[in-house]
Amino acid sequence: MSKKMHIQINVNGKDQEFLAEPRELLIYTLRERLNITGPHIGCETSHCGACTVTIDGKSVKACTMFVAQASGKSITTIEGLGDPDNLHPLQSAFKEHHGLQCGYCTPGMITRASKLLEENPNPTEEEIRFGMAGNICRCTGYQNIVKSIQAAAAEMNAAQEAAE
Amino acid sequence: MKDELDNREERVANLKGMGCSRKRVEDARFTQGKGNYVDDIKLDGMLFGDFVRSPYAHARIKSINTEAALQVPGVLAVLTAADLAPLGLHWMPTLAGDKQMVLADGKVLFQGQEVAFVVAEDRYAAADGIEAVEVEYEELPVIVNPFESLKSDVVLREDLDPKAPGAHGPRKHHNHIFTWEAGDKETTQEVISNAEVVAEESMYYHRTHPCPLETCGCVASMDKVNGKLTLWGTFQAPHAIRTVVSLISGIEEHNIRVISPDIGGGFGNKVGAYPGYVCSVVASIVTGKPVKWIEDRMDNLMTTAFARDYHMTGKISATKEGKITGLHCQVVADHGGFDACADPTKFPAGFMNICTGSYDIPTAYLEVDGVYTNKAPGGVSYRCSFRVTEAVYFIERMIEVLAIKLNMDAAELRRINFIKKEQFPYKAALGWEYDSGDYHTAWDKALKTVDYEGLRKEQAERVEAFKRGETRKIMGIGLSFFTEIVGAGPVKNCDILGLGMFDSCEIRIHPTGSAIARLGTISQGQGHATTFAQILASEIGLPADSITIEEGDTDTAPYGLGTYGSRSTPVAGAATAMAGRKIRAKAQMIAAYLLEVHDNDVEFDVDRFVVKGAPERFKTMKEIAFAAYNQAIPGLEPGLEAVSYYDPPNMTYPFGAYVCVMDIDVDTGVPEIRRFYALDDCGTRINPMIIEGQVHGGLTEALAVALGQEIAYDDMGNVKTGTLMDFFLPTAWEVPNYETDFTVTPSPHHPIGAKGVGESPHVGGVPCFSNAVQDAFRPFGNTHTNMPHDHWRIWRTANELGLHS
Amino acid sequence: MIPAAFEYHRPKDMAGVLAVLEEHGDDARVMAGGHSLIPMMKLRMADVPHLIDLQDVGGLSDIDVQSDTIRIGALVTQHDIITNDALTAVAPILREAALQIADPQVRYMGTVGGNVANGDPGNDMPGLMQCLDASFTLVGPNGERTVAAREFYEAAYMTAREDDEVLTAVVIPVPSGGYAYEKQKRKIGDYATAAAAVQLIKQGDTCVHAAIAMTNLSDTPIFSEDAGAALIGTSLDDAALKAAVAAMLNDIDPTEDNRGPIAFKKHVAGVILRRAIERAWSRA
Repeated sequence: MSKKMHIQINVNGKDQEFLAEPRELLIYTLRERLNITGPHIGCETSHCGACTVTIDGKSVKACTMFVAQASGKSITTIEGLGDPDNLHPLQSAFKEHHGLQCGYCTPGMITRASKLLEENPNPTEEEIRFGMAGNICRCTGYQNIVKSIQAAAAEMNAAQEAAE
Repeated sequence: MKDELDNREERVANLKGMGCSRKRVEDARFTQGKGNYVDDIKLDGMLFGDFVRSPYAHARIKSINTEAALQVPGVLAVLTAADLAPLGLHWMPTLAGDKQMVLADGKVLFQGQEVAFVVAEDRYAAADGIEAVEVEYEELPVIVNPFESLKSDVVLREDLDPKAPGAHGPRKHHNHIFTWEAGDKETTQEVISNAEVVAEESMYYHRTHPCPLETCGCVASMDKVNGKLTLWGTFQAPHAIRTVVSLISGIEEHNIRVISPDIGGGFGNKVGAYPGYVCSVVASIVTGKPVKWIEDRMDNLMTTAFARDYHMTGKISATKEGKITGLHCQVVADHGGFDACADPTKFPAGFMNICTGSYDIPTAYLEVDGVYTNKAPGGVSYRCSFRVTEAVYFIERMIEVLAIKLNMDAAELRRINFIKKEQFPYKAALGWEYDSGDYHTAWDKALKTVDYEGLRKEQAERVEAFKRGETRKIMGIGLSFFTEIVGAGPVKNCDILGLGMFDSCEIRIHPTGSAIARLGTISQGQGHATTFAQILASEIGLPADSITIEEGDTDTAPYGLGTYGSRSTPVAGAATAMAGRKIRAKAQMIAAYLLEVHDNDVEFDVDRFVVKGAPERFKTMKEIAFAAYNQAIPGLEPGLEAVSYYDPPNMTYPFGAYVCVMDIDVDTGVPEIRRFYALDDCGTRINPMIIEGQVHGGLTEALAVALGQEIAYDDMGNVKTGTLMDFFLPTAWEVPNYETDFTVTPSPHHPIGAKGVGESPHVGGVPCFSNAVQDAFRPFGNTHTNMPHDHWRIWRTANELGLHS
Repeated sequence: MIPAAFEYHRPKDMAGVLAVLEEHGDDARVMAGGHSLIPMMKLRMADVPHLIDLQDVGGLSDIDVQSDTIRIGALVTQHDIITNDALTAVAPILREAALQIADPQVRYMGTVGGNVANGDPGNDMPGLMQCLDASFTLVGPNGERTVAAREFYEAAYMTAREDDEVLTAVVIPVPSGGYAYEKQKRKIGDYATAAAAVQLIKQGDTCVHAAIAMTNLSDTPIFSEDAGAALIGTSLDDAALKAAVAAMLNDIDPTEDNRGPIAFKKHVAGVILRRAIERAWSRA
């Protein structure tokens, strides 16, 4: 055990302060310390993306970041993307287009997709497949995930246009 | 009249019953991060357990020193075999009639084997404790090849009497487990030796792993006050786990509650019982606190539940015209250090005897020898019914090899040998009775859709262009026609640990016309909560949206054997329909009473019972439900509940026709899937959207297995593919779009005619992808090359065929 | 997978970094994005009692494009490279290569400094930097020094960087001519089976400059002077391509791993190199 550090992070808009060993992995901080269990653990070597969260505007695999590194940063997880009365268009689209089966990869998948659409609101199928290649799904074969993201993009763009 | 018709359609639509693409009820929680997987469970005072694992594949354990580990802050206990032995828990029975060490008892038999269990206050202390356990090993000779194992003087299983028979009969050698036969050996050999044409091939179906995205794990909580043990875990068969835990721990079954929460994919990985479960239970009993154990990915790939590892040698005989006359299949099965295959008791090689496939083969013989090696135990059915992927791969390769020998088109060879529609129910040479099929229709539809003749023409042109030096890419057309055997199964011949493989459904209709149904199965992503409600909606006339489906809690759900081998729809789906029909039968009596007519004078119509010939006189199911609770009906008990335990009369036999078009760069060995067409016939279709999703997923797992996914060992028994860098799980970038299609040939013996679909695409997909690779090289002289077809192995084939010179 | 305990340091400036390095010697390691180091620590294959996180050190995150040179700070990520239009305008090979590294999430965290300093033969940037004749800026207790990328790599994980030095920047002469970064891998997220970085300058029909390096085919990246020389003065006819490939095959020394045996790797190295040269030439 090493000396505990003072950590300050903002998760889904809420400031969190606590003492933690620096080796505590961010994914465990979220899941076990803060009970934010949407992000999951799949591979632990940064290949599967089940633990994907957004940190200061970047899609990050939370299994490969120490909480000490994250101190001072703002983190968004699937729980921060929408709520039951106000779902993110991706959350509705994944249901509508059967973009999930066991659901284990889904929080990371949707969190990553939200960032992808932020950076590229009109992605081609190829861009979606390339932009989502850091997230592994064992159930769907991706075809309906691509469809879900395309549908969400269309909906978000239509909403954007309507607003303008 | 038209209004009435519209109204009826509307009523049907309102039910969201069978046949509609109902959106999944599971998705709300999963898309919002509110699933409840086992690692999400957090209990007061919960401890963490994790294993010290053997770095060696075969070694004697000289000593285990836990002193330093117990000094690590936060470490509470370190369990070894010596601690478990007084409880008789240092070994546990396997599903295959063998036994397996829970913690290393004197020696280890595979790399990663569980040696000691460290229990600590958190994950970090447990990890530090593992580092501090000192184990002294004496390395022993390692055997990773089953053929060598059968010749070796080295005794792997010193605990077994080499002369005594095993669970499946006599053993030929100290490293031999069983011989299992099906069919007529002598006749088959005679037919083959007298045949006009015989094709022979040896093939290795490599070892791989189901690798669901969520690894295995559990939380055991022994409540010493009430004497109750609760065990949450990644169990594909929670009820069977409860029985096993009771049998090995001595805790009475009513004092054990097993809960499978949401499961992050199973694919066969979560059928078996693992040492982690046993150690967690013991640790919870010892400490009086809840204990969590969660595998990491390396543990998962190295220790729990490999699949395949079949060395198969085949002979297939035919007339000169291509009519198949006989099939001979000999298998050497590598089971690793313990025989922990998850098969029905009487089937140590699963349903490998479905290896005559979709063809009318009059004579056949199968022999399987199981062998111990220094590899991990398992032998689960990875997204297939028991060993059916191996069987289908074998026959679909043998057909291709025979076509080459006959110089005949492989599509035509299949066509002339298919079991004909009028032959069903068809009794196969190796014992199974196929329930229904219409293979010719499916095959013709598939070939026509992909313009098979056009593809062959294009391929021939490509071969010429390649020979002229105009291209370095060759083209393969992969064909596969598969018949699965799923829905284990009839209790008379299928059991696991003596538990008959029936399944169950219990329904309670609430007074206001909604319902809860509980089943003995457990979804791992298949969407049971959505589809079983659809079955019930059609059967009992209440909207699917008003029906809650619950599975996985042994305290509330009726006993069932779980979800694997595509058995949920064929068995539990049937139980659901049958329980629904019991509800309907009682509802009919209630309706007749309310309508003041004889029971036989009312008939069911979508969501109501109507008086025959007077459609304006009816009672809706909602009204009937309320009446069941508020009317005193003479001769009827109050309430509206039913339970059904369904023992299927036969398996179901889904089938399908797949075509893959692939381009291969001969210089780099890189394959590119240009097109994939999948026609599936799973009988009655409950939810087309979910079926299509299952097909996409199964095909993607097939792609992975065919094109690179393997558990590889070096000569020292070290696992070379322990992380997702090396163990191939394709990303969205590597996966094509699939074209799906279907025909419908209902199962005649299933209450709703459904056959199951989750595994078909994997079973049929693997040979299709493999055949595409092999077919690309066929014009250059290739007959067979083993999977996985990763870049270097494809390159090697090209190289050996002289395509690089 | 839980790493051993360590002390975490997040200095605000380079002096602070050097002080920790000086105090703890071999026991201290600097980390940028951590996507190479953290998995190794989790697998307990890397023991790092003192971890120095560079993220707060100023001046390491800039991409500075000048007329002659490009300076890329050590903390610039692959994602930064991909999205920097000014950089792509002058040195498009950097973007082409960065897109072929790992996956989107890893590219947000993976840095140029970490990629080149680590000495992992699987990393793509070292070979690329050798092709571009980049130099690395190292800061240590005795001040700053510069080492050419082509001189930097000694063996797997062994480089010219001393334990008490930190790689702070990569300086690249602005390249000209045609370029290509060609990589064969098993899947997204994999290291290269073979990868080639090529920069060519064409005058008329003649190649007047050629720089070629390859990745993951030896225990270091391989800059093959002979391969480049085989192209210079030619019009890249078949004989010249064959000579370049032969020269490269003479310089690489691949080992067998899960990606395949040596013969396969050598063959693929030749194919990938040839394709990279042809593509670079078509852009020259």
